[in-house]
Amino acid sequence: MDCRLTVAQTNPALGNVGRNLDEHVAQIEAARKSGSQMIVFPELSLTGYFLKDQTAEVALAVDSRELARLAALSRDISIVVGFVERSADGRIYNSVAFLEDGAVKHLHRKVHLVTYGMFDEMREFAAGDSFTTFDSRHGRFGILICEDAWHVTSGYQHFLAGADALIVTSCSPGRGVDGGARELASERTWRTLLEAYGLLFQTWVVYSNRVGWEDGVFFWGGSRVIDPFGAEHARLAGIEAGRLEARITSDALRRARVATPLRRDSRPDLLARAIARLDERSPA
Amino acid sequence: MSPLDIHPPLVEQLLVQFLREELASAGFSRAVLGISGGVDSALVAALCARALGPENVLGVMMPYRTSNPDSEGHARLLASTLGIQTRKVEITAMADGYLAAGRVEDRMRRGNVMARCRMIVLYDLSVEFKGLVAGTSNKTEILLGYSTQWGDSASALNPIGDLYKHQIYQLSRHMAVPAPILDKAPSADLFEGQTDEGELGFSYAEADRLLHHMVDLRMSEAELVEAGFALDFVRRIAARIAATQFKRVMPLIAKLSQRTINQDFRYLRDWGR
Repeated sequence: MDCRLTVAQTNPALGNVGRNLDEHVAQIEAARKSGSQMIVFPELSLTGYFLKDQTAEVALAVDSRELARLAALSRDISIVVGFVERSADGRIYNSVAFLEDGAVKHLHRKVHLVTYGMFDEMREFAAGDSFTTFDSRHGRFGILICEDAWHVTSGYQHFLAGADALIVTSCSPGRGVDGGARELASERTWRTLLEAYGLLFQTWVVYSNRVGWEDGVFFWGGSRVIDPFGAEHARLAGIEAGRLEARITSDALRRARVATPLRRDSRPDLLARAIARLDERSPA
Repeated sequence: MSPLDIHPPLVEQLLVQFLREELASAGFSRAVLGISGGVDSALVAALCARALGPENVLGVMMPYRTSNPDSEGHARLLASTLGIQTRKVEITAMADGYLAAGRVEDRMRRGNVMARCRMIVLYDLSVEFKGLVAGTSNKTEILLGYSTQWGDSASALNPIGDLYKHQIYQLSRHMAVPAPILDKAPSADLFEGQTDEGELGFSYAEADRLLHHMVDLRMSEAELVEAGFALDFVRRIAARIAATQFKRVMPLIAKLSQRTINQDFRYLRDWGR
């Protein structure tokens, strides 16, 4: 693995797929020109986040002309894009497509929909049902969408499947300004979470969070890349739109895994047995 | 340090961006607000001036004949410090046109009428100035329902509605709001000698501390008493919040059809921008 990548920290126009698509094309073109081999957009980058009744109105099929337009650009740059997906059976998902070689190489449907506090995703979306690690030109990747990353079991599945990089996309609202803190509580939490993933799963972690405001709620950006030792490798400061360029390589993976052979020493068999015991106990 | 403390530069940056982006998504770049001479409107004026440029902010002074002259003096001091545009519109004639004819004597009714006259002026001037009305209610008074519905609570967007009074002072000091405004006792100035704390019957410091524990930290009544709050104060505030919920929501609509506004017709205001 030796991949130069761009994280596009964008501010999508709410529900305006046409305008966002044009912005994606411009960002992809700029990233390609600067030598990036991959570009990562945030969660729901084609639509914006608090869609409510717009959710179904902006949904796209995987074979839609909008995604085909982006896929056509993916011959010499891999593209990670977030969108509202309408499946063949009419279900609506919060999805991320990994586009490569002119086609949809992988599709991840958000598994852990957020439905508490300010969030209402289970009202709008059907839940995905798997975390599938896949091979791209640049290495073995696993995708997590926002709340997916809050469940350690999501990352662990990609760890077991040998992921070299976790691509984490989000629309994380900024909140928590009390206690005199110089950074938002939401940023503090995500930094801890992403660095722990890098450290414990010994992968690169590529995090793309959006910016901008929707009806008084803002998204705090802070897109970053964490190395396989759990340390910050690159980061966009501030809450403005921007592009982060970084290079992720195999040598850091090798060094981290030699120094601390967590992959060798993990015991998924014990976990499998524990889960089997839970199954025996459950009334169903 | 208080648990309510904020880091003012961070909050300033967020609120400046909020004003710019949310105004822009509504198609505007200017703001209108009432400047009373008090700290809340002073802070909003300072934030608007920082976000939009002082020439794009109109501060409107709207005294009634019984208003404390200090209020206008402080409003003028603020405006000249910030360099924002100002306008003075006496509301005495418009308020008395109704109050005298209707022989309205009740102090609360009179105060409400004045607050709603000011709302009429601001919304009218917002058309002339091509700006949106910026709200100046803070989280403490919104939760306590200490405002006039469709009066001082009316606005298109409010940068300070999620800040407690303590935080308002912190950010105001950081934004260099003039000292006489920071130092005086908060007052709605609807009748002579009125102060917020005198009328409420408790201090903002007490209210802030309790509201933060109750609302933000989600403590139960038992936990609040355990944390040292007096039970009768806890109950009084809790009852006040519940009793004034009507001021924090849109009017009820009787649902009859298959698709009813705000029930199952749900879109953000930023929809289609």
